Amino acid sequence: MRIIEKRQLMSADEIRRTLERLAHEIVEKSGGAKDLALIGVRRRGIPLAERLAKSIRASSKAEIPVGTLDITLYRDDLSTVAPQPVVQSSEIPFPVDDRDLLLVDDVLYTGRTVRAAMNGLFDLGRPRRIRLCVLIDRGHRELPVEASFIGRAVETTDAEIIEVRLNEIDHEERVMVMDRVD
Amino acid sequence: MPHRFRHLLAIEPLTSEQITFLLDQAKPFQEFQRYPLKKLATLRGKTVALAFFENSTRTRISFSTAASRLGADQMNLQAESSSLKKGESLSDTVRTLEAMKPDAIVIRHSASGAAEFISTRVDVPVINAGDGTHEHPTQALLDALTIRDRVGALDNCNITIIGDILHSRVARSNIHLLSKFGARITLCGPAMWLPRELDSLAPGIRRLPRLEEALEGADVVMALRIQQERLHEPSLSADEYILRYQLTPARLRLANPSAIVLHPGPMIRGLEIDPAVADSLQSCILEQVTNGLAIRMAILFELIAGSAEPQEQSKESPHASH
Repeated sequence: MRIIEKRQLMSADEIRRTLERLAHEIVEKSGGAKDLALIGVRRRGIPLAERLAKSIRASSKAEIPVGTLDITLYRDDLSTVAPQPVVQSSEIPFPVDDRDLLLVDDVLYTGRTVRAAMNGLFDLGRPRRIRLCVLIDRGHRELPVEASFIGRAVETTDAEIIEVRLNEIDHEERVMVMDRVD
Repeated sequence: MPHRFRHLLAIEPLTSEQITFLLDQAKPFQEFQRYPLKKLATLRGKTVALAFFENSTRTRISFSTAASRLGADQMNLQAESSSLKKGESLSDTVRTLEAMKPDAIVIRHSASGAAEFISTRVDVPVINAGDGTHEHPTQALLDALTIRDRVGALDNCNITIIGDILHSRVARSNIHLLSKFGARITLCGPAMWLPRELDSLAPGIRRLPRLEEALEGADVVMALRIQQERLHEPSLSADEYILRYQLTPARLRLANPSAIVLHPGPMIRGLEIDPAVADSLQSCILEQVTNGLAIRMAILFELIAGSAEPQEQSKESPHASH
């Protein structure tokens, strides 16, 4: 089975403009960003959260703390992890209690990653509220999870894969739809 | 991934990369010990069999707590109530355990090689919690983690190990581990506990009978527990051991000013270690215990989660995810 590129969803420029728009939306809908903190999920949620915080700082001068969350230990099925799982540190350098948290991830799909992320946050305390910001919402939810901030909503089939490439991790910047072919 | 672990039986066959991987994996679990809610559901539905054929409180509680915090269930086998007393062979006892379908077996036994023996007879990941005088891999790993955190890179450190090295599986595992990183190892103790054969364990090992000399330049000082039974030999009484080998504040000052003190526990205050040293700022003995929990959680996770068969066409595969 191979994975081939079907089409490009977003270019580097489109990613940049989308994130800027999301940053503005977040400030608008966060009532003055009091107690707001961003939590980047697993790999690609982290650079996205950092970019959003930077954008928010540039436009509204607000300093929003950013934490990172590794959800390997909170997944609901061990067999869906890679053959030799690697646990990484989560770093949330601020108390979670009473905080207005915004989870940031690259793609929202079944919702299981977000469920795991929430479990992880509850282990640390009791946030006032948790919302979700994603670059791509590709549908096919298996749990009642929704994003408050969505970069782009895309209709996909189960056979397709959304691949997000970011400079910080992949040294290139774009979003593609991939197909699984035999 | 090159780090596939089926069992953890000994340090000797591991590469320094594999060891570094395990130490790195312990870091998130170290942080976890500071969480307000120390309970994961990661290994929910999994069972860890604790087969302790030798008495142990600390190691058993450490593995038990590690399993619990990961959400796993436990099967507990303890020596006193063991069927071995009724004449059952080790092999049969463990096969009986296996028939109850644990997802991992942690074994401590007084016979060297017992852990490997078991691993060839059961189809389940096996973790050696100490076998005879052979190895105690998780102890060496938690010691290495403590050294790495408090002193720095393992390749650049001088370690002095004091006590009954000959009979110590803790010493053996530590020697194997630290020598793989190029640490400089000095062994110290009464000559009969420091036979020449120990030189072959690692290149550059020094054996010194005088504690004062052995401590010079040390970054890490590890005092081993002295088994009382071994002190009734006519050649070495407890008083004489204390006189020549007890780690006192004055002697500790001969080591580097920032040297740390390790002890695998349980320690006998006033015998191998002066209470003032045990309670000093340089002592990392309690940190060792916390690190032991972290490393055992990491190992249980790696061995049990790592042995789960990855599903085909899973939506959550590394490519798709979310």
